[in-house]
Amino acid sequence: MLIPCPHCGPRDVSEFSYQGDATRTRPDPASTDMKAWHDYVYNRPNPAGPHREYWQHAGGCRVHLLLTRDTLTHEVQAVAFARAGLNEGAGKP
Amino acid sequence: MVERVSPLGEAFRPGTYGNLAEGPGVTLTEATPAAIAEASAFPGSTEPLLAAIETVTGLSLPATPGAGAVGDGAAVFAIGPGRYLVSGAEGLSASLQAAVALDIGTVTDLSHGRAALRIAGPRAEWVLAKLFALDFSPAAFPVGEGRATAHHDVFAHIQRTGGDQFDIYVFRSFARAFWQELCAAAEETGYEVG
Ligand SMILES: [Zn+2]
Repeated sequence: MLIPCPHCGPRDVSEFSYQGDATRTRPDPASTDMKAWHDYVYNRPNPAGPHREYWQHAGGCRVHLLLTRDTLTHEVQAVAFARAGLNEGAGKP
Repeated sequence: MVERVSPLGEAFRPGTYGNLAEGPGVTLTEATPAAIAEASAFPGSTEPLLAAIETVTGLSLPATPGAGAVGDGAAVFAIGPGRYLVSGAEGLSASLQAAVALDIGTVTDLSHGRAALRIAGPRAEWVLAKLFALDFSPAAFPVGEGRATAHHDVFAHIQRTGGDQFDIYVFRSFARAFWQELCAAAEETGYEVG
């Protein structure tokens, strides 16, 4: 599986570390809604198909990336820097 | 100033080794410069950071991924968005710290944390291609440019410092192991240590 890092270009998955499901939203820190916290911490939809997730190019430029990856084919359908400001003028890989 | 010793120790053995049927295909040396620093820009400040790097080193480069430049006694290349590895003479880190304003970014002295290993010669691209999944051809990896990658979790910052020459920056604590790996990879082409 290759991940096309916007800074480094396509690199082997062994250079990256998975940083979690990017579809979750954290409840308000003041919330005491135990179900909302339980869902946030433990429950995952585990889709068979496109999934949004964070990866870090730990063995490369070390940036965090936001991917849309098909869990059936490992095709990376979209990739961007997780920090939105970096996506302007990212230039060539 | 604390005097540095080479991390390669007794693993550094000058001589020629391996398959010398066509002469040594590569030369391996330690090229650790007197000073190594990482200069990092705060968001949106890459251009002023590059201007400060140019003031100190005389090297100018565009704010594009992988960009780099090599000069007399100094080298710089991108290791991530807004992050640059700068090497040069004694006092480099202090000069950079003075040139990079507090609102532009940060400078971290890595002189005692990294070692630079140099591979040069007609088979350098071939030997490196055995270790890293990168395209080392001159078209894809021109002189001056840099890449951040890893070899089995040994992080490596690689700069092409000549037509057939690459400098590989690794953590000092990994330098001896990686040096031995480099020697093993060069057995096939023959190598000279000097
Ligand atoms: Zn990267």
